[in-house]
Amino acid sequence: MKALRPLSRSLDVRFPNGGLALVRALTLAVFLVPVAAGLAGTLLPAFGYLPAIGGHALSLAPWSMLWHEPGIATSIRLSAQGGLLATLLSLALAAAFASSMSDHPMYRRAARLVSPLLATPHVAIAIGLAFLVAPSGWLVRLVSPWLTGWDRPPGELVTVRDPFGLSMALGLVLKETPYLLLMIGAALRQVPQAALRRVGAALGYRPTTTWFKLVFPLVYAQIRLPVYAVLAFSLSNVEVGLILAPGQPPPLAIVAARWFADYDLSRYFPAAAAAVLQGVLVALALLAWRLGEAIVAAVGKRWCDRGARAGAIVLVAAACAAASAACLGVGALSLVGMGAWSLAQSWRFPEVVPAAWTLATWQLQGPRAAEAVLTTLTLALASALVATMLVIACLELETRRSRQPARRTLMLVYVPLLVPQIAFLYGFQVLLVCLGWDGRWLAVLWAHLVFVLPYAFLSLADPWRALDPRYALSAASLGASPWRVLWRVRLPMLLKPVLLAWAIGCAVSVGLYLPTLFAGAGRIATLTTDAVTLSSGADRRIMGVFTILQAAIPLLAYITALAVPAALYARRKGMA
Amino acid sequence: MTQTVPAALGLHGVTLELPGRTFVHDLTLAIGPGEIVTIMGPSGAGKSSLLAYIGGFLAPPFVASGDVTIGTQRLNGLLPHERPVGILFQDDLLFPHFSVAGNLLFGLHAAVRGVSQRRHEVERALADAGLAGFAERDPATLSGGQRARVALLRTLLARPRALLLDEPFSKLDDALREDIRDFVFSRARSFGLPTLLVTHDERDAHAAGGRVVNLDS
Repeated sequence: MKALRPLSRSLDVRFPNGGLALVRALTLAVFLVPVAAGLAGTLLPAFGYLPAIGGHALSLAPWSMLWHEPGIATSIRLSAQGGLLATLLSLALAAAFASSMSDHPMYRRAARLVSPLLATPHVAIAIGLAFLVAPSGWLVRLVSPWLTGWDRPPGELVTVRDPFGLSMALGLVLKETPYLLLMIGAALRQVPQAALRRVGAALGYRPTTTWFKLVFPLVYAQIRLPVYAVLAFSLSNVEVGLILAPGQPPPLAIVAARWFADYDLSRYFPAAAAAVLQGVLVALALLAWRLGEAIVAAVGKRWCDRGARAGAIVLVAAACAAASAACLGVGALSLVGMGAWSLAQSWRFPEVVPAAWTLATWQLQGPRAAEAVLTTLTLALASALVATMLVIACLELETRRSRQPARRTLMLVYVPLLVPQIAFLYGFQVLLVCLGWDGRWLAVLWAHLVFVLPYAFLSLADPWRALDPRYALSAASLGASPWRVLWRVRLPMLLKPVLLAWAIGCAVSVGLYLPTLFAGAGRIATLTTDAVTLSSGADRRIMGVFTILQAAIPLLAYITALAVPAALYARRKGMA
Repeated sequence: MTQTVPAALGLHGVTLELPGRTFVHDLTLAIGPGEIVTIMGPSGAGKSSLLAYIGGFLAPPFVASGDVTIGTQRLNGLLPHERPVGILFQDDLLFPHFSVAGNLLFGLHAAVRGVSQRRHEVERALADAGLAGFAERDPATLSGGQRARVALLRTLLARPRALLLDEPFSKLDDALREDIRDFVFSRARSFGLPTLLVTHDERDAHAAGGRVVNLDS
């Protein structure tokens, strides 16, 4: 027998990571360098420093220009108000919907709309919603003229681009409610929901009351970061605002975006200041939300302590759940409306359906859209593929090091989702210009990866970590090397979540507006940038074609992600 | 199926601890070819961690020391897949995306070459286990007992030189349990595999009929 080696009190085994650590560093760089460099590149011009266009000294002039811009206070108010309202509503609707899911089959049926809506770009939903609620839109047509007496669109009715930003908030709610529903669904798998509900019921609590008193606090702790991401996006998005928010003055992010697009280069300075202000606004809103969480928690605690078994929450939740289902319906209807427009020959007010149908718009616009379709497709496929591979490499490294997933990593992943796009994309463009890459397809691909990577990671990480590690150990004990385990066991077993992460990557890429615009220097057009351009006054039939194309690509990716594993594993019940 | 010369599995002064707690202290044990040694102890006594150390996949925060050998081969420092050690867990862990044959072909040692030769070995193993004609079946459609048999066949086809059993019978019902236990033990013996069984069930230890090592919590 050999003697105990005194220094052998360490792990007996080191899995070779085969360059994975390098890939992980690369992955972090891919999405963090643009944010960090971009923030710096926006902050400096905000204080007057950008030598390339004559800003050689630090000054407060950009801020004074921003401050003297007429209507800037309204812009800030619009952003804050619309963003907070959209986030609050989305969270309330999604929570109420989730609380009703297990009791009402109607909600389970409605939940089938979640994935398609999630896949649909914001811009497509916003354009569809604009038609739905416009004075000349579908909803008014449904009740005209028999109920309203309107033979022509009511000019005095302001529904889209209303001065309060309500239609913008609604447009955001239509997209963010499905997103939060998905997040709540994932969180619920980590929570002993059924047991809590049984306990609540045994103590005489109504199901809804049980859900909000026992289940929701646990769920919320897990969806906090997604909620913050919704808040940051709602406050700072540009594309939904361009379609649904008032134009004079517009929300703050659009003020910045307009100036960045101005031919007058001196406009860059106040634009950068507005972009920085947008960042500060989001930070303040997050802080306020955090404070709100504490207040809600304190009030909620007293509410629980009082021990009421039923109460107003039951009615409020029922109303919110119904509103939530209605939102899913409205989202779907928005797309149906645009589909109808793309096939309409003439569709005059107040006809509910087009008087005549035609394929002419598709035949005419198809070739025009072909280039944008190609650009959109290649960007989506490439960014989703690269992102999925990088994410797999990072997760594989985590598995081989048998590390517990670090909370720090999760925070890093959320960085691009919490920092407003407008606050760093201009600086990123400056970096691209310095490298001589701006306006190139690869630059846009990089910009897309900044957002595609986090979402692909968030989607794949949970199923990856949930896979029973003993499958890999079994395979290893049969002599399979770590790479063979990855290729033959782990990836095939995780085929569905891997493809879903890829599909989500595709959907994110297709929907990106500002990153395409900035990194592409306005020279690379996708369906989304084209759709936004068209939304300011083009023929609705043409908008219909672009909107449907834009919605179709992510949907096809999702269908592929579901159909391929289903076909491959049709005879493997264990893979269902 | 195995063509390697049977040899003993040796533990030499193995110590297994967590910071502040020792589970196994200076354990030395030689298990002869075909011998089945049972490790008993309540859950949390470090039984499975000892198997993980022998298999080479003990994860932090556990710390362990001591040599593991098979015959003259020292396993320390080898990666799990480089150790000629077969392991059966509580669950059969048949790969759900492969057919029964796919699972067995994955396990079958690479020294068996040629599609038809490999196929033949797999068919023969299935026939020997009373599972003739099961090759193309979906593992999810098998009964618990059939799955347990396939899992053992998969392990044996990899030609291990020692067998580690991590409570592989605990999820089987009583009638099946005895049946599968006999199946596993008889094969371990006929292949001359030194076998280490971890269990907290006296009946398993009794059926193994060999030495029993008790780990206290």
